[in-house]
Amino acid sequence: MTEATPGTVGAADADGAPADETPTIHILWINAGLSCDGDSVALTAAMQPSIEEIVLGVLPGLPKIAVHWPLIDFECGPIGGSDTFIEWFFKGERGEIDPFVLVVEGSIPNEAIKPEGYWCGFGDNPETGQPITTSEWIDRLAPKALAVVAIGTCATYGGIHAMAGNPTGAMGVPDYLGWDWKSHAGIPIVCVPGCPIQPDNFSETLTYLLYQAAGSAPMIPLDDKLRPTWLFGATVHEGCDRAGYYEQGQFALSYDSPTCLVKLGCWGPVVKCNVPKRGWMNGIGGCPNVGGICIACTMPGFPDKFMPFMDEPPGAKVSSNASGAYGAVVRKLRSITARTVDKEPKWRSTGDRITTGYRPPW
Amino acid sequence: MAPKTKAAGDGTGLVEMAWDPITRIVGSLGIHTKIDFKQKRVAECYSTSSVFRGYSVFMRGKDPRDAHFITSRICGICGDNHATCSVYAQNMAYGVKPPHLAEWIINLGESAEYMFDHNIFQENLVGVDYCEKMVKETNPGVLELAERTEAPHAAEHGYRTIADIMRSLNPLEGEFYREALQVSRYTREMFCLMEGRHVHPSTLYPGGVGTIASVQLFTDYLSRLMRYVEFMKRVVPLHDDLFDFFYEALPGYEEVGRRRVLLGCWGALNDPEYCDFTYANMSDWGRRMFVTPGIIVDGKLVTNDLTDINLGIRILLGSSYYEDWQGQEQFVTHDPLGNPVDPRHPWNQHTIPAPQKRDFDDKYSWVMSPRWFDGKDHLALDTGGGPIARLWSTALSGLVDIGYVKATGHSVVINLPRSMTKPETTFEWKIPKWSNALERNRARTYFQAYSAAVALHFAEKGLEEVRAGRTQTWEKFEVPDEGIGVGFTEAVRGVLSHHMVIRDGKIANYHPYPPTPWNASTRDTFGTPGPYEDAVQNTPIFEENTPENFKGIDIMRAVRSFDPCLPCGVHMYVGGGKTVKSMHVPTGLSGLGG
Repeated sequence: MTEATPGTVGAADADGAPADETPTIHILWINAGLSCDGDSVALTAAMQPSIEEIVLGVLPGLPKIAVHWPLIDFECGPIGGSDTFIEWFFKGERGEIDPFVLVVEGSIPNEAIKPEGYWCGFGDNPETGQPITTSEWIDRLAPKALAVVAIGTCATYGGIHAMAGNPTGAMGVPDYLGWDWKSHAGIPIVCVPGCPIQPDNFSETLTYLLYQAAGSAPMIPLDDKLRPTWLFGATVHEGCDRAGYYEQGQFALSYDSPTCLVKLGCWGPVVKCNVPKRGWMNGIGGCPNVGGICIACTMPGFPDKFMPFMDEPPGAKVSSNASGAYGAVVRKLRSITARTVDKEPKWRSTGDRITTGYRPPW
Repeated sequence: MAPKTKAAGDGTGLVEMAWDPITRIVGSLGIHTKIDFKQKRVAECYSTSSVFRGYSVFMRGKDPRDAHFITSRICGICGDNHATCSVYAQNMAYGVKPPHLAEWIINLGESAEYMFDHNIFQENLVGVDYCEKMVKETNPGVLELAERTEAPHAAEHGYRTIADIMRSLNPLEGEFYREALQVSRYTREMFCLMEGRHVHPSTLYPGGVGTIASVQLFTDYLSRLMRYVEFMKRVVPLHDDLFDFFYEALPGYEEVGRRRVLLGCWGALNDPEYCDFTYANMSDWGRRMFVTPGIIVDGKLVTNDLTDINLGIRILLGSSYYEDWQGQEQFVTHDPLGNPVDPRHPWNQHTIPAPQKRDFDDKYSWVMSPRWFDGKDHLALDTGGGPIARLWSTALSGLVDIGYVKATGHSVVINLPRSMTKPETTFEWKIPKWSNALERNRARTYFQAYSAAVALHFAEKGLEEVRAGRTQTWEKFEVPDEGIGVGFTEAVRGVLSHHMVIRDGKIANYHPYPPTPWNASTRDTFGTPGPYEDAVQNTPIFEENTPENFKGIDIMRAVRSFDPCLPCGVHMYVGGGKTVKSMHVPTGLSGLGG
C-alpha cells in the first residue's frame, strides 16, 4: 500500500489520472495513539467505497494516493535498512512528501504529567534510541500536513481511554492541537467519531477530502464539533426503525424485546450518529435497530456521561412517560384502522358477475 | 526453557536491528534483535510494546454491567472476544444462566469472528510475507523454483504452480488477496447479524443477547456461511501447497520461529446444555466446550481442567514498566471451591504504572509476563497465534464429536457438507512435528474450516430453538454487592481470561488477560524470555539478501505467525566481527546503541 507497491500508483496512471498535473497525495497513518486499531480494521470493511477502490483510484477524478498504513502496509524493513515503514514519517517531516494527509487513530496521552518514559510511542528516535511519542509526531507533522484527520472517538474526543480515573490524561486531537487549529491549507481538523467508525462513514470522508484536494469539491462541511455534517447531522433516534414503538409508548423491559430500548439504557434520542439509518455494513447490523442499546460512542461526552450504560437515561423518564400515555391512545386508534386495512375490498371474489364498478359492454 | 541470551556488547560483532513499528499486525509492536549474519541466526530478541492505556486502572469503581462494553475496546480486531469473555465473567458473578438460544447466537457470532479475523490476517497481512513480490525481493531462487513447481492441489484451488499462488497474494493486484478482502466483509456481516456490529458488539449483555431470533436471522447467516464453506474447500489445499513448498524449497525451514511445545488454550464456544456459568461446575462444563481447553507441554496434555488452569495463572514482572504489588491487599484468598488463590493471580493483581526510559538490560516494555505455574516451573506458554493451540488441545482431549467435527486423540477431522460447486469434503488436521511459524500458519487455515464446521452445528441448534418457539434470548439478573467472576474463552489469537472482583456493587478489581500479553511478554523475574523473544532467538536466516539490503523476512514470518496484536521491536547483529554501523540506529540495546 505504498508508492513502491506495483498497482498502487500504476493503476491510477492507467486510469488516465493526470499524473503530471496532480501530485501524489500521501496518507500518513499513525495508529499509535491510545487505540485498539479498531478504526483501521473497520475501514477494511468499507464498501462505499472500499479501500482497494480508493487506493487503486477507481472512482473517477480521485487523485493518485500512496497510503502508509501500518495495518496492511507491504513495507516492513528494519530501522535504517531497506523498506522501512517509519521512514515515510521522517520524509513527511523533512518536506519530501508534499502534500500529505495525517490520519491519527487513538487518543493522545499527556506526556507531561510524569517524570520520564512514554505512554505511547511510534518508531524510535535515532538520536536517543527511545520511542518517539505520538504527541511529538503530531507536533512535527501537523504543521506540514494538508489536513489532519482524527479517526474514531478516541482521536476525536478522547473516548474510552479518556474515561474518569484514567492514568494517562488522554485527550482528542482537537484538545491537543486546539479546536480552532487549521492546516496550512486552511482545513480544520476533520473528526470522524465512532467506536469504531462506521466503515463507510470514514471511507466517504476520506474520499471527500481527496476530491477536495483534487480541486473538485468545496471545503468539507463540518459542524462545531468538527464532524462531517452530512453524516452526523441527525440523531440515532431520527433514523431508528424502532422509533415507531416509542411513539406508541411501547418500551422494552427485556433486552430481547423488538420494541424501543430507551428504558433499558438506549441514549439514541440525543446522540448524533447515522448507524441505525445506514446499517453497520452493507445495510446489515446496527445498534438499537437490532437490539443493542445506543451507548453514545460517537459523542464527545462518551463514555462517562452515559454510564452505567444499562440504566435508563434520566432524561428519558419524562418523555417516555408522556409517550406512554399518548401512545396508548394512538395505538388504540391505529389498531382499529389496522383491522380495516388488513381486509381486502369486497369485490375480490369468484362469481359470474363483476362487482368492481366496471360496466361490461356485453 | 530457552537458554539465556548472550550479554550485549561482548565484542562478538553482532548486528543490531530493530523493526519498530512492525507493519501488518494489529497495534504497535517493536522487535529489537541482534543478528549473527555469519552464522545466519538471530542471537537475541527483545519484544517491546510502546502503548499503555490502563484499563484495569480506570475500570475500578465503575458499574460491573459496563465491563463488556468497556473491555471490548481493548482490541480493535477481537474486541468481541473481550465482550464475550466479560459477559461470561459477569454471568458467573451475577449467577445468571442465559437461555440456550442466546448461547447459540453468541457461538455463531464468535465463530464468524474467527472466520473473518483468520481470513483477513492470513491472506492480507501474513500472506504478503509469502507473496511473489516479497519472495522475489528476499529469495529470488525460491521464486524461480516456485515457477517450476506444480501445485499438488491445483484441481481444488485452480492455481497451476506455487508461483501462481504467490502472485495471487500480491497486495491489491493479487486476485486471491482481493477476494479475501471481500470474504472478510461478508463474514463480518455474519458477525453483525448475531452481535449487532463489528468489532465492538452492540447486542451482547450479561444474561444473554438483544438479537431478535427469527428464521430470517438464521437464513441470512446460513447462506453466507455456505459461501464460506465453499471458499474453505479451496483455501485449505491452497495453503497446504504453499506451506509444504517452503519446507521443500528451503531445507531446515522448520526451524524458523520454532520453540518448545508450550501451548495454552482456554477453551471456547460453550455448550448451553452443560454450561451453567458456575465456578463449582467449571471443570465439567469447560470440558464440554466445542474447543477443548488444555495445556500442552512437549506434546503432552498437562490438564484440560479450567479450574486447574485458573489457579495456575501467575502474573510476573521483571522487564515491564510497573511497580510490583507485593504486600498490597489481596482481593481473593480462596476460590469458591476453597482452593487457595496466589497473590500473583489476576484476581489479586494491582496495576501500578511506572513510566520510564526503555532499557533492554532492565525494563523495556509495557507488557507484563504472564506465566502458568505447573507446581514446579513458571511456564512461558504461548498460543501460537491461537489456532495451533486450539487444534492441538482439542485433538489430544478427543472430546469433541458433533459430526461436522470429530477429535480423535491425535487429530481433528473436519467434515464440510456439499456446497454450490463442490462435493462433501473432509479435512484432517494432524498434530504437527513442530511448533513453528509454518505450522502456526497452517493451523490458522484449518481452524477457519473448523469454525465454519462448528457454526453449521450452532445454526442447526439455534434454528431448532426458533422452530420450537423458544425465542427468549435474555434472562434477568441482579448485581450482587460482593462477588467474583472469571470468564474463559479463546480470543482469535488464543487464551483470554477476564477476572473480576465486585465490592459494594462496583468493580473493585478487573484484569483481562488476552493472548498477546502471553506471546509478546518480556523476560520475567526468572530471566525467562517471552514466546516471541524465544521463538525469534532460535530463528535461522534464510534470506538471500546481504546485511545492507536485508529485510528480515524470516524474522517477520516468525513474529507474524503468532498473529501479534501489539507494538514490538527486534534488533539483530552481523557476524564475523564486522559491525555494519551504517545500517542501524541506536536502539538502546545494551552496548550497541550507537
